[in-house]
Amino acid sequence: MCLAVPGQIESLYADNDTPMGKVNFGGVVKEVCMVYLPEVQIGDYVIVHVGFAIHQIDEESAQATLESFAELGLLDDELEDLRVSGEDS
Amino acid sequence: MKPSTLNIASPLCPVPLRDYPQVILAHGGGGKLSAELIEHIFAPAFANEHVTLLSDSTPLCLPSQRIAVSTDSFVVQPLFFPGGSIGDLAVNGTVNDLAMSGARPMYLTAGFILEEGFEMEQLIRIAKDMGRAARDAGVAIIAGDTKVVERGHGDGCYINTSGIGVLPAERKIAVDQAKPGDAVILSGSVGDHGVAIMSVREGLDFESPILSDCASLADLVQKMLDTSTNIRAMRDPTRGGVAMSLNEIAAASRCGIELDDECIPIKEPVRSACEFLGLDPLLVANEGKLIAIVAKSDADQVLNTMRAHPLGCDAAIVGHVVEDDNQLVVSRTAVGTKRIVSIPVGEQLPRIC
Amino acid sequence: MKHLSEYRDGAKALKLAAEIARICKGNWAIMEVCGGQTHSIIRNGIDQIVPQNIEMIHGPGCPVCVTPISVIDKALEIAARRNVLFCSFGDMLRVPGTTSDLYRIKGGGGDVRIVYSPLDAVKLARKHPTREVVFLAIGFETTAPANAMAVKIAQQQDIHNFSVLVSHVLVPPAIEAIMNSPGNRVQAFLAAGHVCSVMGFHQYHRLASQYSIPIVVTGFEPLDLLDGIRRAVVQLEAGQSHVENAFPRVVTEAGNEVAQATIDEVFETTDRAWRGIGVIPQSGWRLKPKYAEFDAERRFAVEDIAPEESNACRAGEVLRGALKPHQCEAFGKQCTPRTPLGATMVSSEGACAAYYNYGRFVHP
Repeated sequence: MCLAVPGQIESLYADNDTPMGKVNFGGVVKEVCMVYLPEVQIGDYVIVHVGFAIHQIDEESAQATLESFAELGLLDDELEDLRVSGEDS
Repeated sequence: MKPSTLNIASPLCPVPLRDYPQVILAHGGGGKLSAELIEHIFAPAFANEHVTLLSDSTPLCLPSQRIAVSTDSFVVQPLFFPGGSIGDLAVNGTVNDLAMSGARPMYLTAGFILEEGFEMEQLIRIAKDMGRAARDAGVAIIAGDTKVVERGHGDGCYINTSGIGVLPAERKIAVDQAKPGDAVILSGSVGDHGVAIMSVREGLDFESPILSDCASLADLVQKMLDTSTNIRAMRDPTRGGVAMSLNEIAAASRCGIELDDECIPIKEPVRSACEFLGLDPLLVANEGKLIAIVAKSDADQVLNTMRAHPLGCDAAIVGHVVEDDNQLVVSRTAVGTKRIVSIPVGEQLPRIC
Repeated sequence: MKHLSEYRDGAKALKLAAEIARICKGNWAIMEVCGGQTHSIIRNGIDQIVPQNIEMIHGPGCPVCVTPISVIDKALEIAARRNVLFCSFGDMLRVPGTTSDLYRIKGGGGDVRIVYSPLDAVKLARKHPTREVVFLAIGFETTAPANAMAVKIAQQQDIHNFSVLVSHVLVPPAIEAIMNSPGNRVQAFLAAGHVCSVMGFHQYHRLASQYSIPIVVTGFEPLDLLDGIRRAVVQLEAGQSHVENAFPRVVTEAGNEVAQATIDEVFETTDRAWRGIGVIPQSGWRLKPKYAEFDAERRFAVEDIAPEESNACRAGEVLRGALKPHQCEAFGKQCTPRTPLGATMVSSEGACAAYYNYGRFVHP
């Protein structure tokens, strides 16, 4: 329902007392309102919807999710490796 | 007389125009001021042997009896954008339309509709851009016209260009010529122009390293034609993007087209901009790219020729023509499924929700 | 793009699909609530790679599609007025009201502007102090913090020529309405990740236990969606029904509490009509009385506009999951993205448009 994309904070500043920041989305930079993420720092990744950062991306969770995907495929890879090594011998 | 604030360091604009830093209605009235506009801005910017300031029309000789003619109007906003201006577009747009039928573009006409109050300095920049683009494309601007409309009746500057190109004998290159088995070649990355324009639109603006790809494809096309006699169709995917052009080819040729998402060159910032605007890069406009439908036997050769050209260095075979009564354009997704690449309904609007 | 492209890996997607096929024994109907997820499922052909005994039902989570026709008609009435500068997200421009749409109003002389963010509308109000700037504030919980902040900023900065036409809708009451609807077939929900990034997912525990349905908070990329489906299937096969978070990189149990506080300050819950579905109790947000000054309905006295919905379009059944888009008789015939009968065909997130654009009418 809501298009929200991840980007990395490049700078933080205030505009008329509203906390704002520049966020880099894969090479393009857009001004984003930071009022809802008072704790974020330059370099953090956030998810942005209609010009507002709505959540910080948790890098550890991201890593854990990706690892869990890898584990699901692991069994197949091992079987493949076993099969290949079996053919070699 | 005290010089006006107009700061013109170039030889293009000698004394009289300095009195008028902005366009006034009389510049379109056909009188002395109109003549000064031609004499001091357009004629020097477009300089070529054919332009005679006094004639109502320009006599030409063409080297072939088969010619191609095209016309296009340019209303882009903003007038200046990263990588080009309305002047570049006005020349290259018509030049490319001619080239897509296999023609060698030779002559252009230029009609201007200017808004009262338009900055003379901007008009000079636009005229210079047109002159440079025309020289780069190897065409001569041989006739023109200027009208001025009242303030509030135009967006500063509209341009219409018409072009004449000569066609090689015995060649038929048209959108209805694609045949199953043919390769679909794209000359480079998609969406650059559209994203460059959007990055400077009021209310949408973002910082982007992306420049418009606006360029003349005439030379690239000539080299491709020299390489192969089996180029069936060409299109420059401007408004409506690659999706529109391919659907037109599929419909006209009564066949289907299968693409592979992963083969389509897209620059990372273009992909990212499309991501946060909710746009499909295949629907975003290009101004210096072409799609060629080439017989399979010649595809690699044509691809090599394109890659050796500066405007085709990222060229890729992105799909092929298939038999399909439904005349669909489909693309293979990263997960191996197929999706339909449909015709855009209208203007591409940023999708938020 | 980091945190996006990693979740689009084709080979990994196929492995996840194979894992789902391995564990899936029964026939299961799973609803993705969110239109963004519908779009991604169809765009990436996720429905083509999951086993056939899993049916994906597309939910009502497209704010464009469910915005009631009365709100569209109010918007059109306001946008056509002199001196109004009407701002909207791009998605809303082609949504048909009773007799027109915002595009036509613009063509007829209305000053309709597309904005990327509600803050852009506030900026326009500051820039044009003699004009009435109105923002069409639609959306689910994800968009509410932005819309609420626009109102707050207008108040703080004494911008009095700004107002909002609010039509906010909420996910949990919609889930409840679907579970209570006669003939409901949904057995598990993929909850919308971005909504949960704002609201958290604590409010879903009651729904999961009361209706005995698995609810998996899910992201939007192919691997995220497949993982959400996989986790739902694991629960369904085991007869479990709890809330799971498959999108922990941007969703926490509590959500964004700063944003929630602002929403609470500006909005209050209200009954809300959903286009094609009808009124769902307490399923929306409206401005609190203390922000009534910024209510466009009051400012332009359009509260009484209450048109009947046309019955030509079966979008309501599509949104409830009772009908697949291509099962509607008008689909692809009278009703196409060019000539939409209902909002589900207009919005690129709408189930009907997703089906049409990505070809489910030829590959059912």
